[in-house]
Amino acid sequence: MDLEFSVKTMFYLGKIPVTETVVSTWLIMAVLVIGSFLVTRRFKTAKPGETLGTTEHVVELLVDGLYSFIGDVMGPKGEAFIPYMATLLLFLVCANLIGLLGFRPPTADLNTTLGFATMSFILIQGNGIRSQGLFKFIKGLFEPFVFLFPLNVIGEIATPFSMAFRLFGNILGGMIIMALLYGFAPIAIPVLPHIYFDLFSGIIQAFIFTMLTMVFVAMAIDEDEEEEN
Amino acid sequence: MDQLLLARAIVLGLSALGAGVGMIAGLGPGIGQGYAAGKGAEAVGRQPEAAGQITQTMLLGQAVAETTGIYSLVIALLLLFANPLLRFLS
Repeated sequence: MDLEFSVKTMFYLGKIPVTETVVSTWLIMAVLVIGSFLVTRRFKTAKPGETLGTTEHVVELLVDGLYSFIGDVMGPKGEAFIPYMATLLLFLVCANLIGLLGFRPPTADLNTTLGFATMSFILIQGNGIRSQGLFKFIKGLFEPFVFLFPLNVIGEIATPFSMAFRLFGNILGGMIIMALLYGFAPIAIPVLPHIYFDLFSGIIQAFIFTMLTMVFVAMAIDEDEEEEN
Repeated sequence: MDQLLLARAIVLGLSALGAGVGMIAGLGPGIGQGYAAGKGAEAVGRQPEAAGQITQTMLLGQAVAETTGIYSLVIALLLLFANPLLRFLS
């Protein structure tokens, strides 16, 4: 039984090691980009009066649902963020579910989740500065008391780390439990745990990561509310 | 040489013990998430029309409550599969 869960290097590109994570990330990127291109192609070329196919209707339903869901959470000010958040959600769902096809999920690598968390961190802080102005933003760190400044800074920096570790821990934990289960019961029994650890947990964690990013960004761009986390 | 082997065995054994003891932290998130789910069920019972909003808020809160448990899981995984203490032996 193979009990090694570190990321394996698949091949070398010159001197750069290419890991499983990179390969599956590029695979998901290719599928999403080419798929998006293919399913939206007919929207531009269709003539007025021409009926669109089933694919187009499903795409419309999906995009409409994502727009209304993200718009509800982020409010009218957050409409500019909808494309980014929808992409994040789609990518994370694909990344967590690719384990079902036998690939290693990219989110079971701390590098991927820390990368996403860094992007969320920059988005949160950048929009906080943009909406409040630099002076008010720095002043916000000294509230409610001056001597709480270090705690506020630590709190801000801890946010991306806790987001990254939550996603990483959940996916890797599920992967390890499934591997242990395959070790002593390889036939039929792992089917049900797959539904929980891969389908349910994966979709919920992708949803949670996107949701937390959305809530924090909405909190940063909403000037009326006090920033708290 | 024999002593080094003994030291290695002690470190590995205590690391495994530490990983197991560390996962007791799973108690906290379990209680917290169960409490949140119970409150969510109560809220849905009182206001069934807001079920979607309540479920969303509940899941978000549970995810945040889960953080401490996930931290202990990461530490346990580190101790089991990428033990940082073995470095000090050589």
